[in-house]
Amino acid sequence: MKRLGTQTIQLDNPPTIVSTASIVGPKEAQGPLAKYFDQCLDDEFWGEKTWEKAESKIIKETVNMAVTKSGIAATDIDYCFAGDLLNQCISSSFGLRELNIPFFGVFGACSTFVESLCLGSVFVESGAATNVLCATSSHFCSAEKQFRFPLELGNQRPQSAQWTVTGSGAAVVSANGTGPFITMITPGKIVDMGIKDANNMGAAMAPAALDTLITHFRDTGRKPSYYDAIITGDLGYIGKEILTELSETKGYNIKSNYNDCGVLIFDKEKQDTHSGGSGCACVGTTFSGYFYKQLQEKKLNKILLIATRCFNEFYELSTRGKHSWYCTCN
Amino acid sequence: MEFFQSIDWMGLLKCFVVGGLICVIGQILIDKTKLTPARILVLFVTVGAILGGLGIYKYLIDFAGAGATVPLTGFGANLAKGAMQEVQNSGLLGAFIGGVKASAGGIAAAIFFGYLASLIAKPKIKKQ
Amino acid sequence: MKPIETKQEYSDYVDQKSPNSPILKNCFNAFWVGGLICSIGQIIMDFCQYQGMDQTSASTVVSIILIAISAILTGLNVFNKIGKFAGAGSLVPITGFANSIVSPAIEYKSEGYIMGVGGKMFTVAGPVLVFGISASVIVGIIATFFQG
Repeated sequence: MKRLGTQTIQLDNPPTIVSTASIVGPKEAQGPLAKYFDQCLDDEFWGEKTWEKAESKIIKETVNMAVTKSGIAATDIDYCFAGDLLNQCISSSFGLRELNIPFFGVFGACSTFVESLCLGSVFVESGAATNVLCATSSHFCSAEKQFRFPLELGNQRPQSAQWTVTGSGAAVVSANGTGPFITMITPGKIVDMGIKDANNMGAAMAPAALDTLITHFRDTGRKPSYYDAIITGDLGYIGKEILTELSETKGYNIKSNYNDCGVLIFDKEKQDTHSGGSGCACVGTTFSGYFYKQLQEKKLNKILLIATRCFNEFYELSTRGKHSWYCTCN
Repeated sequence: MEFFQSIDWMGLLKCFVVGGLICVIGQILIDKTKLTPARILVLFVTVGAILGGLGIYKYLIDFAGAGATVPLTGFGANLAKGAMQEVQNSGLLGAFIGGVKASAGGIAAAIFFGYLASLIAKPKIKKQ
Repeated sequence: MKPIETKQEYSDYVDQKSPNSPILKNCFNAFWVGGLICSIGQIIMDFCQYQGMDQTSASTVVSIILIAISAILTGLNVFNKIGKFAGAGSLVPITGFANSIVSPAIEYKSEGYIMGVGGKMFTVAGPVLVFGISASVIVGIIATFFQG
């Protein structure tokens, strides 16, 4: 393990993502990626009484599925890195309490999944752990309730708003395996360009994604064309367009191989999701469901995954995009 | 049936137009500024109270009836009107009693029906 | 395109990139739904006065009935659909105030009937009462000076 440039960590014995699992809610199940998810729910409550309990159940079942698929016994998993959008990460804490695996709570909002993978892979690389579990969840209803308005309130969602994904993604990362590998990590800085609109998170986070993207290319000496796919975690339609244009002004053309999880997960026209998906589960399920399978089938070999987050301080968004990102080479 | 014959259709049209226009002002604020619904309601009630206090809003009520009283500006104006009337009866004490007294029916109804609804209804997801 | 350096440049750029709401359509919907709600109120008011009620009582009855209707529609999960269509048309009339009390009451039911429903009921509408009532107190205090 060594440092490259200012921010990038290179993993010399890159850990493998052994397995992934994803469960999504009914709305995501109607989206274009539905067939890639392991399980699609018919109802947001999933037999539970509250949104929060439903979310706990989703992350619990997803994690169990990922562990089963990995073929590694749960007792052989050394640490667990997980988080969600809710206060004190209650969904992950309650959902994972029965696992009996030492737990690190990660609050990275929309970037939680990638942040967990980064921390987990450094643990594995350093020898502190052999196998780790990384997981995240979000739920449209619990997120709206906590960060925006009650669901029954008759308000209009602006065109720039994004739709929190209901679901959970989990991955088991191990020192032993044949890939896909996590080879590099570039944690991002907090970048605030002064966008305060809680309904325009993509624009708030795009400058942060740009900063990390450029730092990564500078640190590694790579060019955008090195990757088969560059994927951001939920900038949505507006953020995607902004990032594409801004990186061009900085001399990096990412038009041909860049896409965004928030754009991919919903069908904007049919599902009325405005600027796309967001939330922890957006990157979590899109990576676990779609991109991991693309990597396994060698349809994609090298991908760069950038996840961003912003902080919602009540109804005032102070937009400090933070992002971690990592890349996998098969 | 006699009631329907007694309806003042011209008055109803004025009510429709004025009520509609007050809502259009709200809609422009929603679309052109970043104000959240709660802030818009606060703005309307405060503006209503100020206009009521200045004695301007009552002309709009005379002109448009429910078109001026049903929007939240009317709620604000009613609060202010109540306070001013009560001041005439009981002086400074009236400033504290009058507003809530005048709008007690609406506030109590909202709280009571809100609680009742929560006993019966179950949270449901928005489909869009 | 030129590189963007300052926050102001970025803010202008974002405004230009963000899609506008269909304002004409929204205003049209807000106009006729809002007008319709007020007209329903007017008919109730006329009816009460026809029955011999004075104007103040009639206007309170209008508020109570519209609030009750709004509470029922909120409970049936219909009000948010009307709200999405009509925007300010259903928000600005007293129906919007009722909806803003009833919706958190239903939503926070899961946190209990005392602190959940009772406590969180005013998360959206609380400021309306705080500012509305405070403004009325100020108006009343000013009125005492003019009275004296």
